[in-house]
Amino acid sequence: MLPAVDELKTVLEGLLPGIHLAVEAPALIVEAKDLTAVCRLLKDNERFGMDYVANLTAIDYLPDPASGGAGRIDAVYHLCSMRHKHGPVVIKVKLPRENPVVDSVTPIWRGAEFQEREAYDLYGVTFTSHPDLRRILMWDGFKGYPMRKDYVPEDQDAPV
Amino acid sequence: MAVDEGLQSELQKSGVYLTTWDKLVNWGRGNSIWPLQFGLACCAIEMIATAASRYDIARFGSEIFRASPRQADLMIVAGTVTKKMTPQVVRLYNQMAEPKYVISMGACATSGGPFHTGYNVLKGIDRYIPVDIYIPGCPPTPQALLEGLMKLQEKISGQSFKQAMAEKKGEYAIPEFGENGLEPKYNPEVWNPNKT
Repeated sequence: MLPAVDELKTVLEGLLPGIHLAVEAPALIVEAKDLTAVCRLLKDNERFGMDYVANLTAIDYLPDPASGGAGRIDAVYHLCSMRHKHGPVVIKVKLPRENPVVDSVTPIWRGAEFQEREAYDLYGVTFTSHPDLRRILMWDGFKGYPMRKDYVPEDQDAPV
Repeated sequence: MAVDEGLQSELQKSGVYLTTWDKLVNWGRGNSIWPLQFGLACCAIEMIATAASRYDIARFGSEIFRASPRQADLMIVAGTVTKKMTPQVVRLYNQMAEPKYVISMGACATSGGPFHTGYNVLKGIDRYIPVDIYIPGCPPTPQALLEGLMKLQEKISGQSFKQAMAEKKGEYAIPEFGENGLEPKYNPEVWNPNKT
């Protein structure tokens, strides 16, 4: 059985010195620089055996003028183990809204390739060392990231 | 020119059938409409059901779905037309044989449907190509599609054959991808919301 998320945090921090994790709701909050190390261990460690990225997406949090928050984009990963039949483990990486950059997990899980391209296309998250990072749903030459909350769609009825 | 019905009825009793050239040809044209075989979204599933045995579009002579636009004279736009798919749909229409007809099947193909305020869906295929029959529904039932087909047959039998053959729809401009949508946003020759 997969250990509870609090226990997972303790075990991971013990196995990866210098890395600090936080538990927020049922998710692991990982710093952008640590993502590759955490994912690699989750996959390779026999106890966890996270061999499958069930979901990879992003969440847009607009800047909140009331609290003075700058806004951010979260990259979200749902990992499962087909071998152990357990999961998911939820990982979130908090990124700045202006320039969200995080390491690609495609070298770890090949199946993440298209999902990372989708998050890049719709939310503008840049995945470094992704083998083929380009738009997947919208066409080349499209401007902006349409799933961001401040995206304004064109007026199709405007006079031509 | 219509044939007098009383005279026609009298002549039929002695085995003589009278009709007009237009009626005869349009009877043939209307009962052998060959649709183009393509679907865009869930409406296509209803279109497939219409073609299958239970609803059987063959009863109306339209069972021959052609995979090539060169052999088709009816385009059933069955489903959501995304901006990314629009150029291909217009190109297929341009490649169809004259005289050609278009059925806009369902809310999406007609107006964008539930995706009306979205960023990626065209608000109606009639912005780029002329549509003859609009079928409401989300998706329309097979019965509704058959009703639309019968309306098209009525439209065809209302035309004179000479007029139908002389009337060339021609080719329509294929839109290109812009920075946040298609360029132009619609073809003013076909559709213009700002016209009074």
